[in-house]
Amino acid sequence: MIGGLFIYNHKGEVLISRVYRDDIGRNAVDAFRVNVIHARQQVRSPVTNIARTSFFHVKRSNIWLAAVTKQNVNAAMVFEFLYKMCDVMAAYFGKISEENIKNNFVLIYELLDEILDFGYPQNSETGALKTFITQQGIKGQTKEEQSQITSQVTGQIGWRREGIKYRRNELFLDVLESVNLLMSPQGQVLSAHVSGRVVMKSYLSGMPECKFGMNDKIVIDKQGKGGAGDDAGKSGKQSIAIDDCTFHQCVRLSKFDSERSISFIPPDGEYELMRYRTTKDIILPFRVIPLVREVGRTKLEVKVVIKSNFKPSLLAQKIEVRIPTPLNTSGVQVICMKGKAKYKASENAIVWKIKRMAGMKESQISAEIELLPTNDKKKWARPPISMNFEVPFAPSGLKVRYLKVFESKLNYSDHDVIKWVRYIGRSGIYETRC
Amino acid sequence: MPAVSKGDGMRGLAVFISDIRNCKSKEAEIKRINKELANIRSKFKGDKALDGYSKKKYVCKLLFIFLLGHDIDFGHMEAVNLLSSNKYTEKQIGYLFISVLVNSNSELIRLINNAIKNDLSSRNPTFMCLALHCIANVGSREMAEAFAGEIPRILVAGDTMDSVKQSAALCLLRLYRTSPDLVLMGEWTSRVVHLLNDQHMGVVTAAISLITCLSQKNPEEFKTCVSLAVSRLSRIVSSASTDLQDYTYYFVPAPWLSCKLLRLLQCYPPPEDGAVKGRLVECLETILNKAQEPPKSKKVQHSNAKNAILFEAIALIIHYDSEPNLLVRACNQLGQFLQHRETNLRYLALESMCTLASSEFSHEAVKTHIETVINALKTERDVSVRQRAADLLYAMCDRSNAKQIVAEMLSYLETADYSIREEMVLKVAILAEKYAVDYSWYVDTILNLIRIAGDYVSEEVWYRVIQIVINRDDVQGYAAKTVFEALQAPACHENMVKVGGYILGEFGNLIAGDPRSSPLVQFNLLHSKFHLCSVPTRALLLSAYIKFINLFPETKPTIQEVLRCDSQIRNSDVELQQRAVEYLKLSSIASTDVLATVLEEMPPFPERESSILAKLKKKKGPGAVSGNELEEGKREGGELNGAGERPGDSSAIGASNASTPSPSADLLGLRSAAPVSAAPPSAGSLLVDVFSEAGPAAPAAGANDDGFLRDLEPPTESSDSLLAEGPGDSDSAPPSVVSEDPAPPLPESDELLNKFVCKNNGVLFENQLLQIGVKSEYRQNLGRMYLFYGNKTSVQFVNFTTTVSCPGELQSQLNVQLKPVDPLVEGGAQVQQVINIECLTVFSDAPLLNIKFRYGGALQNLTLKLPVAINKFFQPTEMSSHDFFQRWKQLSQPQQEAQKIFKANHAMDTEVLKAKLLGLGTALLEKVDPNPDNFVCAGVIQTKAQQVGCLLRLEPNAQAQMYRLTLRSSKDTVAKRLCELLAEQF
Repeated sequence: MIGGLFIYNHKGEVLISRVYRDDIGRNAVDAFRVNVIHARQQVRSPVTNIARTSFFHVKRSNIWLAAVTKQNVNAAMVFEFLYKMCDVMAAYFGKISEENIKNNFVLIYELLDEILDFGYPQNSETGALKTFITQQGIKGQTKEEQSQITSQVTGQIGWRREGIKYRRNELFLDVLESVNLLMSPQGQVLSAHVSGRVVMKSYLSGMPECKFGMNDKIVIDKQGKGGAGDDAGKSGKQSIAIDDCTFHQCVRLSKFDSERSISFIPPDGEYELMRYRTTKDIILPFRVIPLVREVGRTKLEVKVVIKSNFKPSLLAQKIEVRIPTPLNTSGVQVICMKGKAKYKASENAIVWKIKRMAGMKESQISAEIELLPTNDKKKWARPPISMNFEVPFAPSGLKVRYLKVFESKLNYSDHDVIKWVRYIGRSGIYETRC
Repeated sequence: MPAVSKGDGMRGLAVFISDIRNCKSKEAEIKRINKELANIRSKFKGDKALDGYSKKKYVCKLLFIFLLGHDIDFGHMEAVNLLSSNKYTEKQIGYLFISVLVNSNSELIRLINNAIKNDLSSRNPTFMCLALHCIANVGSREMAEAFAGEIPRILVAGDTMDSVKQSAALCLLRLYRTSPDLVLMGEWTSRVVHLLNDQHMGVVTAAISLITCLSQKNPEEFKTCVSLAVSRLSRIVSSASTDLQDYTYYFVPAPWLSCKLLRLLQCYPPPEDGAVKGRLVECLETILNKAQEPPKSKKVQHSNAKNAILFEAIALIIHYDSEPNLLVRACNQLGQFLQHRETNLRYLALESMCTLASSEFSHEAVKTHIETVINALKTERDVSVRQRAADLLYAMCDRSNAKQIVAEMLSYLETADYSIREEMVLKVAILAEKYAVDYSWYVDTILNLIRIAGDYVSEEVWYRVIQIVINRDDVQGYAAKTVFEALQAPACHENMVKVGGYILGEFGNLIAGDPRSSPLVQFNLLHSKFHLCSVPTRALLLSAYIKFINLFPETKPTIQEVLRCDSQIRNSDVELQQRAVEYLKLSSIASTDVLATVLEEMPPFPERESSILAKLKKKKGPGAVSGNELEEGKREGGELNGAGERPGDSSAIGASNASTPSPSADLLGLRSAAPVSAAPPSAGSLLVDVFSEAGPAAPAAGANDDGFLRDLEPPTESSDSLLAEGPGDSDSAPPSVVSEDPAPPLPESDELLNKFVCKNNGVLFENQLLQIGVKSEYRQNLGRMYLFYGNKTSVQFVNFTTTVSCPGELQSQLNVQLKPVDPLVEGGAQVQQVINIECLTVFSDAPLLNIKFRYGGALQNLTLKLPVAINKFFQPTEMSSHDFFQRWKQLSQPQQEAQKIFKANHAMDTEVLKAKLLGLGTALLEKVDPNPDNFVCAGVIQTKAQQVGCLLRLEPNAQAQMYRLTLRSSKDTVAKRLCELLAEQF
């Protein structure tokens, strides 16, 4: 149970302080500031224990959010709550910045009162919250409306209110994936995984029941066994093995457990339907081939080749390769065939940017690095070369097979709903050792 | 940052610093610094040479970055270059960088030293000062080695500037502190001492620090400084406040110098020369007089400076401890400070008075302030001041005011801070004991102490009460009455119950006459507390009950009833259960005579220094309780106990004293002197019990044994042991008691033994708790075996002991010596034990290894056979086919041969068989037997007494899976035994 929640700016000044329990005193605010924000060594653990009090913090740009407790709470729950809190704030006033927080502090206190009660997290669904925490000031609400809100918020489907009407029933579905890789200089994959999210925006009337299908290996195999044998062989290749996944609260878990089908009544507006992780058969969009040669004590030659490894018809965007330079670099000369490359002294790296690159292409950069001889005997640790990009497909191989909408009470059917599907694959920590 | 003149301002640096200060986050700061570092690197790397100004600027930036906490690994060379510049600012930055960043193993140290040397030999005083400051700031051993010879020369040279002299003196002081062996004064000594006469006050102040430090190490060489210091002091003290100009601080002439002079004088005894002494006394009197004058300024600095000198002077007076007049004046002065409104002054006054109180001249004078001090104890806001007040009360206490002081401290104890309570308790206990004229007062005080601050009363305190009550028969009755009354309080501290239990058990009879405290009432009172107490206290109470049975036979049925009830006799705590069982048995079996002897009144304790003092000393850290205080305590303690000893006491006690050979019976001295005896945690708490501890056998055996089991030992060992004279001795011990006797060997130990016939190393035994590994080597008739005991649990084994026994005739055949093993085996750890084995003559049995330890309180006892068989002492003998058969035939008598035909237990693999036969220790003879399938071996068994030749023939029959084993040996038992051993192997 969360004892208190504090929000600090980058200097460690308290912007928001909400204490839920008596065991958290005023000095807790200072303790976190002194021991974490102003700590001499940068604190890397998100959980800090100070004088038998636990502080869980997340950082959004320059803002620190810290949940405090004296009890032995489930840390995952606290972090889930903090992330949710960030989402809610973002949904209300956009980017979380000092300015925005200062401008909206009444709203934030109101939200905190609603989503945490005596330290226990409550309904934090933005859609539901927006029905009764509004920014328009006090609107004359009738008794009826009030009781409707109460019954909806406390009811079985707390995330969606009744009586929503749209002229056009539309659905947007985004599959957002980030691919993480660590590769050896010889091109051996040391670790790779994809963490993905399915984000939906739904503008549907009434209380529709949705069913989401994707090429989950277990489902495909089951169908293959039940159906025709020849079909199983073909679709089995295209299916993916999901290591683990979590769902939005609207998904019926019992149905998922028994039939592994994802069915739900969607909240109105934008929400994250599921989160998943895969480790097998990942399509690596780029291959980085580094070549580092030390010429004497004062010179270093670096050559890096990147190869794109996907359909030539697709275009990768926002490609950025970051080649770390030694700490005693005194000068850099770069030659690249494509894009722009620059030595950024403030980050101790050469940054090579390419706007667009089609599949099955390759590009190269070479750099000469001059070094200053130092009296330090430490050898350069050779940090890995990292990469950023965005590709228009899902590196995990996930495909949306269907998204069906059923609304029995209103007169629109699955065919009337306009559905949009988009795949975006981004780089997570995509590194190659050199 | 150093002050830079306007024209010389480094704009780039200022911009950089303001950039960093404006950074919003740590990340931004790091980015800015990285950028700057890259810039500096490219500048340093650049081909064109940098001018002095930009070099200085970049070095300055590097220094700033370093001070922000980032690593700097370049730029040292540039800094060293700056040293050779002729501009002050550039040189200064160079030195600054080097004194902050230089690491001693750097290759640059030679260059740096060279630059410093150049500056030292230059005639420019500022450069010399810079160099000296750098040496002092770095202060490394290398620096000392390079410059220790040079600096004294600069210090005493006639033409050196004053400012350089100051720096040189302080630099030398620094080097002397880091590496005293390198700074050799010798010839310079007298000239350094004469610096005290220097006209420049700054030089004197710097020099006196050096002299004080040097004279602490070798006072003889610097003795001459005393008279110089005194004359210097008198000149300062007698000067008017305007005389010294720059060195007058808020109307006080040269306060720092005065303090340092006074401190220097504290290194020496009072001057012997009358004139010097007279002058010094005059000075001190002047200082004391000045303290009485009205202040010349209201500023706090003025009074601080004045008081600093005054306190230093008082410290000197106390150090001399020879001028009664001055001591009393000092005491009066401090008395004034006691009521000063400045807390720091009050603190200092109390602290100084504490030392004054120990001087015989001023003790009385200190005592006059008792009311003030008591008041301070009660009303001071600051706990550290209260602590000093308590210390002072303790120091000023003597016979005349003991009662008052103890009463005050007791009443303060109720509200005292937790941090000083335990110390207060100890002090009260010591004072009460030391100055007790009337022992009933002493008993009252201590019982009060336990009542008020029971939690802080350590074991030693209540041990001491009991010791004193036992030794003084005139207070026993009073003590019994008082504890009885104290116990009637509804909530008693456990320590009170302990004291009550013990005293009533011993002297309850003295108050039994009163119907209000009849035996049964006493017993019921004690028993009403029983269930609220911890195990050691309950154990003590059980002992008190059995004493009751002796004192008051009429309580016997009641007490037996209590002992017999399940919560006692079946208590889950072994100690309590054993006591209940034994006491019950004792009370029902033994006759009254036996009971009376066993449960006799405890003999008086021999005299010992009060262990409470030792405890106080330990608590305050070494040196906190002054030596004379301790001695005093010893003397007083001795007096007290001496008074308690009765010459020609009852014969019974005399006898029991006679039967105690060692003085270790003193439970108190023992507890403090040998804390080890309480180390085994399971037994330790039980050992605390006074009854068993009083047994003289306790300490020696107690370290490794179970405390309570000693009660079972024969009467000569422990006269006070409760079962000592109980009939039937250990036979009467109930079966539930864990036996200390070695357990019978494990049933599988023979099997385990067989594993080791053909090999020397391996795992001998293993269960959930313990793994025993063996490694052994043999040469001729000697063997050495390493046993490895591995604790497989995470809990430590205590009382870990191993013994080896040779049953029956084995004793004369085998000589086994065991190296002792550590009684504590930590969880997961392994201990090694070495066993030396000597084979005296042929033997057939294996020695037994008994292992005992406590695992979580339960005694583990297991016995194994040591893997030593006769074949271990084989010496292989090579011989030809001819020789073999000749000897084979010589040993043809029927008793010399042993033969066995048996089925193969394992697969008949030739290589395995060969390995086994080699492991046996014999030589495997090839091409001897006409049948190549057969194995033939020969060897000599080496014993101390004789050598026994032995021949072996193993004939495998692969079809029938059978072996025929034939052994011939000059000694019949050997052949038989080997045959038995080997038959199990194949």
